[in-house]
Amino acid sequence: MIKADTFTFKILRYDAREPGSKPRFATYRIRVIPGLTVLAVLIRIRDEIDGTLSFRSSCRSAVCGSCSMVINGKIDLACRTQVAAFNTDTIILEPLPNFEVIRDLVVDMAPFWQMYEKVQPYLIRHSPVPEKELPQSEEDRRRIDQFVNCILCACCYGACPVLAREPGYVGPAAAAKLERFILDSRDERPAGALEILNDEKGVWGCDTLLRCIDACPKDVRPTDAIVGLRKTMLKHRFQNMRGKAKDEA
Amino acid sequence: MIEHDILIVGGGLTGLRAAVGLCDRFNVGLISKVYPVRSHSIAAQGGINAPLANNPDSRDDSWEKHTFDTVKGSDYLADQDAAEIMCREAAPIVYEMEHWGCPFSRLPDGTIAQRPFGGAGYPRTCYSADITGHVLLNTLYERAVAKGVKIYPEWFVAALCIEDGRCHGVVAMDTHSGELVPARAKATFFGTGGYGRVYQHSTNALINTGSGIGMAYKAGVPLKDMEFVQFHPTSLIGTNILMTEGCRGEGAYLLNNQGERFMQRYVPTAMELAPRDIVSRCIQTEMNEGRGFDHPLGKHVHLDLRHLGEQKIQERLPGIRKICIDFIGIDPVFEPIPVMPGQHYSMGGIDVNGRCASEVRGFYAGGECSCVSVHGANRLGGNSLLETIVFGKIAARAILEDLEGGAPEPETKPLLRLKDEVEAKIQRLTGPGREKPYLLQAELSAVMSGKVGIFRTREAMEQALQTLLEAKERYRNVGVPSPARYMNYELTNALELEYMLEVVHTTILGALLREESRGAHFRLDFPDRNDRDWLKHTIARMGADGQPVISSKEVVITRYEPKERKY
Repeated sequence: MIKADTFTFKILRYDAREPGSKPRFATYRIRVIPGLTVLAVLIRIRDEIDGTLSFRSSCRSAVCGSCSMVINGKIDLACRTQVAAFNTDTIILEPLPNFEVIRDLVVDMAPFWQMYEKVQPYLIRHSPVPEKELPQSEEDRRRIDQFVNCILCACCYGACPVLAREPGYVGPAAAAKLERFILDSRDERPAGALEILNDEKGVWGCDTLLRCIDACPKDVRPTDAIVGLRKTMLKHRFQNMRGKAKDEA
Repeated sequence: MIEHDILIVGGGLTGLRAAVGLCDRFNVGLISKVYPVRSHSIAAQGGINAPLANNPDSRDDSWEKHTFDTVKGSDYLADQDAAEIMCREAAPIVYEMEHWGCPFSRLPDGTIAQRPFGGAGYPRTCYSADITGHVLLNTLYERAVAKGVKIYPEWFVAALCIEDGRCHGVVAMDTHSGELVPARAKATFFGTGGYGRVYQHSTNALINTGSGIGMAYKAGVPLKDMEFVQFHPTSLIGTNILMTEGCRGEGAYLLNNQGERFMQRYVPTAMELAPRDIVSRCIQTEMNEGRGFDHPLGKHVHLDLRHLGEQKIQERLPGIRKICIDFIGIDPVFEPIPVMPGQHYSMGGIDVNGRCASEVRGFYAGGECSCVSVHGANRLGGNSLLETIVFGKIAARAILEDLEGGAPEPETKPLLRLKDEVEAKIQRLTGPGREKPYLLQAELSAVMSGKVGIFRTREAMEQALQTLLEAKERYRNVGVPSPARYMNYELTNALELEYMLEVVHTTILGALLREESRGAHFRLDFPDRNDRDWLKHTIARMGADGQPVISSKEVVITRYEPKERKY
C-alpha cells in the first residue's frame, strides 16, 4: 500500500480587484500520496477546502502550458511536478513572476501574447504553392525541432531577469518563435523582418544568463534562438555594408 | 453586448479553421474559455490520416480506400456520404496545413512522413513525432494571428440563444472581469469539443466537460449517437494520460502478466493494430480474467517499446518518453509502460448534417462536439484531427453560403432575456445551497466509468440512470460559497455541471435503449450487432417537460453494404 503523508502548502493569495487586498500566504495542510502532482493537490484544495482558490489548468499532462507557476522557488508546470520531489513536506506556490497578478496564481498573460504577435509568428511565403507539400529534408526539419516543441507556457518569460527590469523586452519565447521561422527552410520572410528585434528591446537586450533554458519544461533553449538571431542580424549587416561598399566603388 | 456576423465558440482546431475560412469576408468573433493554444486539440499525439501515398508501403492508397476503412471501422454506422466527403478532403487539407507552415516529420525524400495506425489498410497517418496535435493547433493559431481574427480568450459561454427556431447568439462571461455579455450574431458555430470528463478515467483535458453539447441540447438542438464513447486501449495508469496509438504503429507490443502478446489470441492478423474498440475490449478481458498486473494505481497490462531501441523511441516518440519519466518515473527505453484503457473520444454529439448545419437556422457545429456522423460506432485513430480541420473548413464554406444567401438579422430581446436567466442562475448557484459541484461530478463520473464503460449491461446502466436522476435533483441544491464572478473556477464548474448532467442523461439512455453491440458500444446482454433493428442513429431531443425524448434517424449507405466486421 502507498502511504499518505501530510504536506503543508503555502499559497500566495491576492485579489487585484479587491480594494485593499494585500498579497498573503494561505496555509493548507493536506494528506497526499507521493505519486500526486502539485496540480492534483491544487484541485483538491479548491474542491475540498477553499473554492475561491484561482489557478489555471487544462491538459494535466504538460502539453497545454496553462499551469506555469513558481513551486518552491523553481518555475515549472504544476501538472508535471511531483509533490514528493522536493525533500521537504512544505510546498510554496507563487504566481509566475514578470506578470501582473489577477487573482492568486492567475496572472495577466496579455503582455506575453503581445510579444508573441509582434514577431510575426507565422510562415511567410511569396512563391506560388505547389499542388502537394513543399519538400523539406529530414535534416532541415530537425533544425527547427526544439523551437517547434515550445508550448507557450511562459515559464521562460517568468524566469527572465531582463524582463524583471525592462518590461518592454521581447522575452525568450517570442524570440524562439521568430527563430523557428527564420530556420524553417520553407520560410521566405525578407531580411528586414528581423529588424523588429534588432535593438535593446529585442535580442540585444538578453543577458545570456540562460535562466530561460533552465525554466523550460519542454527542453527548448531560447538562448540558442537569441544567439542565432544575433548572428543572422550581424551577417545581414555585414552583407549590407559590403553591398554599399561595392556600390560606392 | 458584442456583435459579429459570425460567432465561433471554441479555440481548438475546428473553431480556428472555421474562423480562418470566414474572416476575410465577414466580421468574425472567436470565443474560447482558454487561450486557444490550451485547447485539447494540442494533446493529440499520433497523427492525421490522409492518403498521400508517400510511404513506400502506401503507394496505391486512395481516398476510396480511406473511406472504406473509416466506414468499416465505424461498424457501418457512419454516414457514408459524409465519410466520403471527409476522406476526399483529407489530402488537400494536409497539404494546406503544410503550406501554412505545419512542421510535419519527413521521409528521406522530403515528403510528409506517414505511419501505420489501427484499422487502416496502409500507413496513412501523417505525423510530427508524437506531437501532431500540438503542431497543427499552433499552425492554425499562427494563421489566425496572421489574419487578425478577433479572439475573446478566457471567455466562457454560459448559454446558447435559440428562439423561434433560429439562433441569435450566446451569453458569455468574460472571466477576467466576471461580466456577463450577450453576443449577437447571424450565425453561431460550436467547436467546443467532446465530453470525456463525464468519465472518471479519461485521457481528456479537464476542460472537456461536453458543456457545449449539453448547452445546445438545452437550447433545443437534438443530439445524435451519444452512447458511442471511445475507450483508448493505452492510457497511463493513475493519470490516464494518453499513450499514443503511434507507439503500436511504430511496433510496440501489448503484453499480459505471462509476458504473452495476447492480441494473437484475439486478432492474429492485425495484432496490436486492430481498431481501438477491439483492442480495449481485449485488454479489459485480460485484466478481468486475472492476466493483468496489480498496482496501487490500478490494474494494467504492459505496453512494451523496449525492442524499438533508444534511437527510434527518442526520434519518433520523444513526448511519450518524457511523459513516462515525468509522471510515473519509468523510462520506456528500459521498462514497459503500465497502461489501461481510458475514455478517449466522444463519437456522439450535436446532430448536424454534412455541412455542419443543425436543424436550427443559424446554428452550426463541427469537430468532436458534433456528430455528422463520420465515425459511427467507433472512430479510427488519426481520423479525429482530420475531422476537426475538414469540418472547420466545410462549416466556413456553409456559413459563407448561407449568409451570402441573406440571413435574417438576429434579435436582441431574446439575448437580453437569456442574460437575465443566466444572471438568475448564477444568483441561485452562489446562494446557500449545500451540494458541492465537484462531489456531484466525481460521483457521476465514477458511475459512468464503472457502469457505462467498455462492457455494458442493462442492470448496471439502470443503476447509473438512477444515480443520474438523483444527481439532477441534488444539482438544485448546489452552492458555490464565493459570489465573485471573475476567475471563479468553482462557479464556472457549477455552470458546466448543469450541462454535463444532460450529456450523461442522453448517453445512458442511448446506451440502455440500444440492445445490440456495435463498435465501442458493447452489451454483454446483447453481444451481437443487429442491423435489422439497430442500423440507425439515436436522436435525443429535450421534450417540453425537460425530459429526453429518444428517436432515430436513417444511416446513409452509398457504396459499402454492411458486412460482418472482421480484421
